[in-house]
Amino acid sequence: MYNPLALVGRATLSFFASAGRLAIFAGNGVQHVVRPPFYPSLIGRQMITIGYFSLPVVGLTALFTGMVLALQIYIGSSRFNAESAVATIVVIGITRELGPVLTGLMVAGRVSAAMAAELGTMRVTEQIDALTTLSTNPFKYLVAPRLIAATLTLPVLVLIADIIGVMGGYLVGTAKLGFNYGSYLKSTVDFLEPMDVISGLVKAAAFGFLLALMGCYNGYYSKGGAQGVGAATTNAVVSASVLILAANYLITEMFFAS
Amino acid sequence: MTVPKLKLQGVAKRFGHKVVLDGIDLTVGRGESLVVIGGSGTGKSVMLKCVLGLIRPDSGTIEVDGESVVGVRGSARDAYLAKFGMLFQGGALFDSLKVWQNVAFGLIQGRGMKRTEAKEIAIEKLGRVGLKADVGELFPSELSGGMQKRVALARAIATEPEIIFFDEPTTGLDPIMADVINDLIVECVRDLGASTLTITHDMASARKIADKVAMIYKGRIIWTGTRDEVDNAENPYVDQFIHGRADGPITMDVLKP
Repeated sequence: MYNPLALVGRATLSFFASAGRLAIFAGNGVQHVVRPPFYPSLIGRQMITIGYFSLPVVGLTALFTGMVLALQIYIGSSRFNAESAVATIVVIGITRELGPVLTGLMVAGRVSAAMAAELGTMRVTEQIDALTTLSTNPFKYLVAPRLIAATLTLPVLVLIADIIGVMGGYLVGTAKLGFNYGSYLKSTVDFLEPMDVISGLVKAAAFGFLLALMGCYNGYYSKGGAQGVGAATTNAVVSASVLILAANYLITEMFFAS
Repeated sequence: MTVPKLKLQGVAKRFGHKVVLDGIDLTVGRGESLVVIGGSGTGKSVMLKCVLGLIRPDSGTIEVDGESVVGVRGSARDAYLAKFGMLFQGGALFDSLKVWQNVAFGLIQGRGMKRTEAKEIAIEKLGRVGLKADVGELFPSELSGGMQKRVALARAIATEPEIIFFDEPTTGLDPIMADVINDLIVECVRDLGASTLTITHDMASARKIADKVAMIYKGRIIWTGTRDEVDNAENPYVDQFIHGRADGPITMDVLKP
């Protein structure tokens, strides 16, 4: 039982088993995303839950991040008389990194957890089995709308977060650090390249897919009543967050090379 | 000889080392009502889920109208699932949808019927199980347990399936409501002319619903007979079960103090 080799072997096997199960689940989900019939009303409802109701938390996160970013960069850059770079670094930091990553993490906390809890409860109370007996594919009806909605909504959320984040930096820069209103905005726009924003939005779409996938996957396979649903919720948020951070590195490197 | 509606042969399923089904043989004839009795954990629910394709059996064959259905996919699977209706043990109503939407779900999603048309049928089916039309506008969480069971029954019969499964239809209900549900099941099934397979451990329910009774024990069917034969069965397992005695050949895994 406590033979170290056996422990390593068991952990490895269970890791590959879950990875394989997740891959099959994702493949199944994507298959139903691209094949009709679609459920526009379900997708719309999910977009409202994921997008509209996440606006307050995403907006506040972006605002404070932009504000603190301006302060910190000012402190750092003043050490070698480069204060004029604050606006540029804030906008690049927000659009390329902090906007998508923090939005992804905040929405993962809200939405992956909610999806895992909802699907988990449906699994435990046999509602998912009931779907099948009513000639409705649960992947089509439950998983696909969530994947579509999250992938489409996250870029919009990140765009809003980008704007609010830059505004946060602008507030601190002009009100506290003594920048001129016009020149702060000018240096924000002047050195910004389209790729900065685009790479952030691509990240956002990928994060949206991942966080919905983890929410659905953990909920779909949850078992064992209230405790199982609780575990599924935790796993959904943790795995979504870790995957978002890992994917963030991979996508950044992809854009970095080009 | 006519082809039976549903036929299971040698269906076996194990989870890890635990053998749940150990070669089930079972037939349900056309328009026949078969009740499978058995204690908790004897594999009754797993058997139903195997037939519905929710769980894939390790071995054995399952035939619906003479056609094998194990592992079928795509449109063939949709076609055979469309023949089934199921009443789940806990009701399994969709709590995000109103009652009428629950009842109409199979018609709208499965059959592609228009919402207005489906709503009329849903309200008619709700009336069939003794619920008023205004109940249709409520959410399942606003209903009592007995009403939820009746809504679930209405949903199971809404698509007029050829085979209906009842998973412990009376569990958790008071004796009077249980009898109301039994009556409704008997009536609805007679009206539809459907074949039914019920699993239960409630003998009062079994006596009322069944044409034939089968007893499952440790993943095998150990006895089958007509409803009237149950009470005079020579089989000691059946005898112990229907009289609800703790002593007998069936032993529960309970540690004695």
